[in-house]
Amino acid sequence: MEEHQKIVEVKKLVKYYGKFCAVENVSFDVYEGDIFGFLGPNGAGKSTTIRTILSLINPSSGSIHLFGKSLDKNRNFILSKIGSIVEKPDFYKYLSAEKNLEIFARISGANVSKKQVHEIIEFVGLKGRERDKVTGFSHGMKQRLGIAQTLLHDPELIILDEPTTGLDPQGIIDIRNLILQLKTERNKTVILSSHILSEIELIANRMIIINKGKTVVEGNVSELLNSQELIVSFTVDKVPEAKKLLEANNLWTDSNTIEGFNLLLHTSEKSVPIINKLLCLHDVNVVSIEKKRKLEDYFLKLITN
Amino acid sequence: MFWKSTYNELIKISFKPRSYLGVGGISIIILLILMAMKLDGSLYIEIITGQFDDSLSFEGNILNGNLIAFLIIQMLIIHVPLLVAFVTGDLVSGESAMGTIRLLLTKPISRSSVLMSKFLASVMYTFFLVLWIAFLALVVSYFIFGSGDLIVLNFDGLAIFQDGDITWRFILGFSLAFLSLVTVATLSLTFSCFSENSIGPIVATMGIIILFTIIGSLDVPVFDSIKPYLFTTHMAAWRYFFDDPVSKDEVINSIIILISHIVFLLGIALYKFNKKDILS
Repeated sequence: MEEHQKIVEVKKLVKYYGKFCAVENVSFDVYEGDIFGFLGPNGAGKSTTIRTILSLINPSSGSIHLFGKSLDKNRNFILSKIGSIVEKPDFYKYLSAEKNLEIFARISGANVSKKQVHEIIEFVGLKGRERDKVTGFSHGMKQRLGIAQTLLHDPELIILDEPTTGLDPQGIIDIRNLILQLKTERNKTVILSSHILSEIELIANRMIIINKGKTVVEGNVSELLNSQELIVSFTVDKVPEAKKLLEANNLWTDSNTIEGFNLLLHTSEKSVPIINKLLCLHDVNVVSIEKKRKLEDYFLKLITN
Repeated sequence: MFWKSTYNELIKISFKPRSYLGVGGISIIILLILMAMKLDGSLYIEIITGQFDDSLSFEGNILNGNLIAFLIIQMLIIHVPLLVAFVTGDLVSGESAMGTIRLLLTKPISRSSVLMSKFLASVMYTFFLVLWIAFLALVVSYFIFGSGDLIVLNFDGLAIFQDGDITWRFILGFSLAFLSLVTVATLSLTFSCFSENSIGPIVATMGIIILFTIIGSLDVPVFDSIKPYLFTTHMAAWRYFFDDPVSKDEVINSIIILISHIVFLLGIALYKFNKKDILS
């Protein structure tokens, strides 16, 4: 990833609200082509950081550079290259979807034709509803319209702050696919903040986790996850026999635990089929095998630490 | 970008239902006045001229379009500030309440340009409102009541203006009334920068107008020094054009005071809007 150009460079960002420090020395980089996950529990400082990058909030100290330029001195140039949704996508309810997009297109810094507006409406799956007033739109439709708004001026960087909040499962899948399409079909760099951790795991290649305003970890998603020990849950019908078998074959360690019919084994990926074969050969039925090393566990471990 | 943003603001105002409440309200009030004057106007005239029966005799069409227009401005100038604040007080705070401010301020246009385009749009809306009042007050009144000399009861007695000497007075009077309403629009826009809801700026604007009007009408020496500088003192400055002769010094003084208020308030609004953290 290092050969890619650095698009965002945040250094030692600090933001105080009165005496309360919302963001404390947060630093991270986003590279061209990244889908960059921004993780943290509620109140961690995610939105404050994102709002600061978008110049909605003035930082107390620290520096923000985008596209190699300082945000302080090149605000309009930088914002002309960014499309964003901050928290929920709100629009002028008394206007149609099309009129809303035309309004934001007019001040997007690019000449956006009506044809382009209609193409984007089609891309986000709102064709046929463009003349309807936004007041009648569902949350999912507003979210799609929000993404349409981010694409109007063909920006290089798209920032989506909690884009799936309040969506039903189908809506979440749709938005996730739309984000992947942005990368694959339109070659966009995306910063995505979400509290749905599986989403970051599924679509982000790099991420940062912040907690209480401070950086907990930053890096490549797969590397960060692979650096963690693998826990595999084997659900079996005969737990005592299974445990004895594993002990006899030096596959049981003190860190392994039993939860009901589940054996939670600290092991490697290579050992999984060996354990499975061993159990099956000795008449222990394996009902399911599930990897427990997920971002959610990793995240919780970091946060609670 | 500034003009595009101003165009956007005009589109928003023109599509917002509340923008038409002012226009509708003014239309209804004026039509009611016209209807009442058509039915009972002569009685109203008799009450006024009756005071001068011993010394003067009145001939011709006294109840004419000019008099009705004069009465309409006098009555409406009290209510129009509320209607102006109703729209302009919502221009920034309404965006905060709706959440659209987040989208608006992440576009490549400076905050000062956004606010100035909102100011310009509010000036245009106020101009349209004044133009609409002028149309109804003058054109419709002329059509219904015809033309004639204008008799005005001033502080120092009756002033009579001949039919050919009136139009310019109305044009300049409406212009000065427009300037005082722009001051109100700027005040509510400034309050709007401090608020996250639409009602606050409207209430605050009306509160200030009522407070300043009370201070202006109180005959207390301690307020005498500030009265000339309150913008509310100059909201009725349009009446100077219906004095004979017109007091140019008073008119210029009112214009300076009103413009000073606009510049000062706009300065505060710009400072606040540029420094504001968008947390909504």
